[in-house]
Amino acid sequence: MINSSLVFTITGIVLFAMGAAAVIMMNNLLRRILAFNLMGSGIFLVLVGLAQRQDAVDPVPQAMVLTGIVVAVAATALALALVRKLHALSGRLDLPRRDNG
Amino acid sequence: MKRWSVILAAIALSVALILAILELGPAGIDLRLPVAENMASSGVTHPVTAVLLNFRGYDTLLEVAVLLIALFGILAVGMEPLPSLVKPADPMLQRLARFACPLVIVAGVYLLWAGAFRPGGAFQAGALLAAAIVLLHLSGLWPGWGTPSWRQRLLLSGGFAVFLAVSVAMMGFGALLEYPQAYAGLLILLIESGLTLSLAAILAGLFLFLSRDTGGNP
Amino acid sequence: MISVSLSFDLLLAGALLWSAWRTLAARRIDLAIVMFIVFGLLMTIAWTRLRAPDIGLAEAAIGAGLTGALLLDALGAIRRKKSPSKDNA
Repeated sequence: MINSSLVFTITGIVLFAMGAAAVIMMNNLLRRILAFNLMGSGIFLVLVGLAQRQDAVDPVPQAMVLTGIVVAVAATALALALVRKLHALSGRLDLPRRDNG
Repeated sequence: MKRWSVILAAIALSVALILAILELGPAGIDLRLPVAENMASSGVTHPVTAVLLNFRGYDTLLEVAVLLIALFGILAVGMEPLPSLVKPADPMLQRLARFACPLVIVAGVYLLWAGAFRPGGAFQAGALLAAAIVLLHLSGLWPGWGTPSWRQRLLLSGGFAVFLAVSVAMMGFGALLEYPQAYAGLLILLIESGLTLSLAAILAGLFLFLSRDTGGNP
Repeated sequence: MISVSLSFDLLLAGALLWSAWRTLAARRIDLAIVMFIVFGLLMTIAWTRLRAPDIGLAEAAIGAGLTGALLLDALGAIRRKKSPSKDNA
């Protein structure tokens, strides 16, 4: 029952949870971009691993993940451009947070 | 306090999801069979390429549009020129880059052609060519890009334009993006070639528009 | 009891989780980016284990290569901006 697809699906879920917690907790914007990419990779693993859990190759989620990887790099590039502009204008690498007590 | 609650929530989420997937039955919708049945009419032999460019071609079309929009966003943000950008180019690195780039180009073109029969395709080939351009840029042999010239604009949007033109032209025969069976392979190769060149330009542009090393040109 | 391929998959999953943890928990940001590139390359092997070589090719070139290069370039630009007295020429 435990085959390789299941192992990677569980890995993907843990990666997503780690990435999500890091995006919420961290302040540095570069680290949050890194954590966001980890979340994305975890989701891709879940997409393919869950579809192939019966040990057969499924081309449709593979095509979806291929699309997802390319869109993720475009989003990362745009996010990095915004972070660089923010740093150039204000010298900070984190967003101002309202204190919740 | 907030730290611990976030960590506990993440652990609870992962445990709940793992338990949920462990008791999943077989899938209700299985698209493997329809894909396998229609492979003969798709024009290629590799199922992932068929899904990407024929069965779900609309997704790929919109994906290239999203890439272009991200590029517009990067151009709109605009960078200030940084002082003292020019580094002395390492001659060993330049020699290596000059040696490696023709090989990368050959590998990219092969991947583009092989995508019809084997793992490969337009995205992998475009990424490889973009990596060659970035390698040339990092070793000082290719200047960074400022505002794009009209030739660069043509290259950047050409792939999307070709894809859109082909899919609209096929509307006369059927629905949008429905290729006639006799020409499907040829049309897919045409679209993939345009996509490869455009993707190489867009992905390299994601890097080169940000680097602001204009090689001496303002 | 456990087949060789399953133990390889378990080791690979462990390496993925370890490199992801090191990415998030690294003290210096440049170490974090390098560990992210390592994570991307391990993901490439994971994709071949999942019988998705197309995704593996794309992940190696785009996920590990281009994203890592973009992150390192951004870090370099931020550091250059912070200390403009450092001249590289």
